[in-house]
Amino acid sequence: MRVGLFVTCLVDLMRPNIGFAALELLESAGCEVVVPATQTCCGQPGYNSGDRESARALALKVLEEFEACEYVVAPSGSCSGMIRTHYPDLFRDAPADLDRIERLSARTYELTDFLVNVAAIARVPGKYRGAVTYHDSCAGLRELGVKAQPRALLAKMDGVALTEMEDCAVCCGFGGTFSVKFGDISAAMAEKKCEHIQASGAETVVLGDLGCMLNIEGRLRRRGDSRTRVLHVAEVLSGRDLKGD
Amino acid sequence: MESQSIHFKKRVAGELANAQLQSNMRRFGGRFKMARAKVVGEVDDWEGTRSAGAEARDRALNNLDTWIERFESEATRRGATVLFAETGADVAELVIDICRRHGVKKAAKSKSMLSEEALLNQRLEAAGVQPVETDLGEYILQLAGEVPSHIIAPAIHKSKEEVADLFEREHHRPRTLDIPQMTREAREVLRAHFLSADMGISGGNFLIAETGSVALVTNEGNGRMVTTLPRVHVCITGIEKVLPTLEDLSLLMRLLPRSATGQSISNYFTVLTGARQPGDRDGPEHMYFVLVDNGRTNLVGGDMQEMLRCIRCGACMNHCPVYQTIGGHAYGWVYPGPMGSVLTPSYVGLENALDLPHAATLCGECSVACPVKIPLPDLLRKLREKQVERGLRPASERLGIRIWSWVAQRPRLYAFATRVATRYLRFQGGRARMISHLPLGKGWTLGRDMPAPPGRTFRELYAKRKAQ
Ligand code: SF4
Repeated sequence: MRVGLFVTCLVDLMRPNIGFAALELLESAGCEVVVPATQTCCGQPGYNSGDRESARALALKVLEEFEACEYVVAPSGSCSGMIRTHYPDLFRDAPADLDRIERLSARTYELTDFLVNVAAIARVPGKYRGAVTYHDSCAGLRELGVKAQPRALLAKMDGVALTEMEDCAVCCGFGGTFSVKFGDISAAMAEKKCEHIQASGAETVVLGDLGCMLNIEGRLRRRGDSRTRVLHVAEVLSGRDLKGD
Repeated sequence: MESQSIHFKKRVAGELANAQLQSNMRRFGGRFKMARAKVVGEVDDWEGTRSAGAEARDRALNNLDTWIERFESEATRRGATVLFAETGADVAELVIDICRRHGVKKAAKSKSMLSEEALLNQRLEAAGVQPVETDLGEYILQLAGEVPSHIIAPAIHKSKEEVADLFEREHHRPRTLDIPQMTREAREVLRAHFLSADMGISGGNFLIAETGSVALVTNEGNGRMVTTLPRVHVCITGIEKVLPTLEDLSLLMRLLPRSATGQSISNYFTVLTGARQPGDRDGPEHMYFVLVDNGRTNLVGGDMQEMLRCIRCGACMNHCPVYQTIGGHAYGWVYPGPMGSVLTPSYVGLENALDLPHAATLCGECSVACPVKIPLPDLLRKLREKQVERGLRPASERLGIRIWSWVAQRPRLYAFATRVATRYLRFQGGRARMISHLPLGKGWTLGRDMPAPPGRTFRELYAKRKAQ
């Protein structure tokens, strides 16, 4: 299986460890992983800011880079959701490209969804031990139906005890540029998320989107919690939570 | 209501600092959501019912003129008078006209969000007619001189204590914090108004074209009093509320109370057809419909038409984490939450509500909860696109996005820029690896730190690894 890894711009810049974790998980699932060197951003910032033209240009770039792959996988529900559910909308009035775009969209997956439903992996290499709670990031959950997949994978790890927090499926307040434009609302929403995480008693919150991770970790630290760890599900599953970055 | 939506950011700051509001939202904000979750399972195929509901609404909206005409002729045939208002001011004018014709001095009102659009109470008072709100929440707000902050629970922002103070002041009775006692007190005061009002004003949840009827969904019984006791009944509602048939009504009634309050059926469900006929035991002598446009036809046939499906259940705000954090008043006009963020710019002008389409994380909870499947996040995004098309976004923001995508289309430049950026952020993070102040992201660091990156991009590390 030839899988193109879409690293995402945020992981590239802010936490490369997640990219390597995804790479190792895909390789251990027996995939031949290609990482197109020219990849940058999926175009979501432009799309959600009302600038379709910018978004379309980047979508075409992603298409060129990944068209030769059997699957496209991203360690992010937000970016894979952009490609899978929003790219076709971007090209609804450009029939020349729509066909190719739709074929790319249909074979684009969020990482845990891919590992469970396409690669159907039996074991995961991670060694994490301890109590975790899982935050469902919005795009993965509501655009792609990612809910049971990460939990099923975590359940394959003997040392992981999952305790659900209250409102685990409620937005953490990140929302891309929203987090800067409406920083006060965003931080107040993150605050509620942090309260739920702490009330769950877990020592680590695990999730599948770096944007939400930065938001949650940033708020935890600001409110003086330096202990609760914030890990990407790929880091936990791959065992790269121990390697740090 | 005059729109204050242009002041959204300032209002948000106030609401976030409002301890009473914050505590109310935390205590009560989630109740409707939980109640709804419990009852949707009662319907065999909830998702299929939502789709059918959306289709039924689309059928009405796709031929809105036909169904409105049908409604008009059926209602007229049954003795009601159907009037049309283009704007909110027209609504008030028509109602005042009716008051004059029938010598009305006092009007008892059941809940109507449209009368808020029309500033009806203010305008009635100016014309010498006393409006009395009889929905408990609306009554409280009328006493307090405030506007609703939720379309179903209008006084959700008020605490029991505030209401007790208000009642003591207005009712001149000993202050009590016992809610059943407070309700009884309000009921006693309102009873006199019901009996002395010359006119009842109601909203309308649905209009039924085939019978010329209006359907009312209420919980307090005041809707029935208002529409049967006074001599004149005026029903004010939007033109988009029409449904072709009673069959459609029964379908939407499976969706509305469950989505709104988590009830299988509301306490009262009333279908009213025409004025009092010879032989009827009760009912008003005169029945009027005021059907309001106020911006609605602009949406018909366009790319925002889906919004007109809305049946005003409030589920989108109950499920909106932004609404739950800032409350309804911050939005600055009649309708708050996700539906308000679409309706307000559409009705009062895109340029008068610049922040609203952006005040959402596009988390999608609203569209999953909406009983008629309105794709609210997509509509918000469309409004953002319209803002960009009309040059209504700040130049700095548009330039920022342009530069970002220009650089992102040039991989070598992008690789260089991110190399620099990640090192800079690494340096900013210091030993704690936390950035507490971002010059270009003040909005972020005001309430949060930013975890610093390790200082090498994935791209660099991957190239190194491949070379080994
Ligand atoms: S948009 Fe949907 S969820 Fe919101 S009030 Fe209207 S019908 Fe209800």
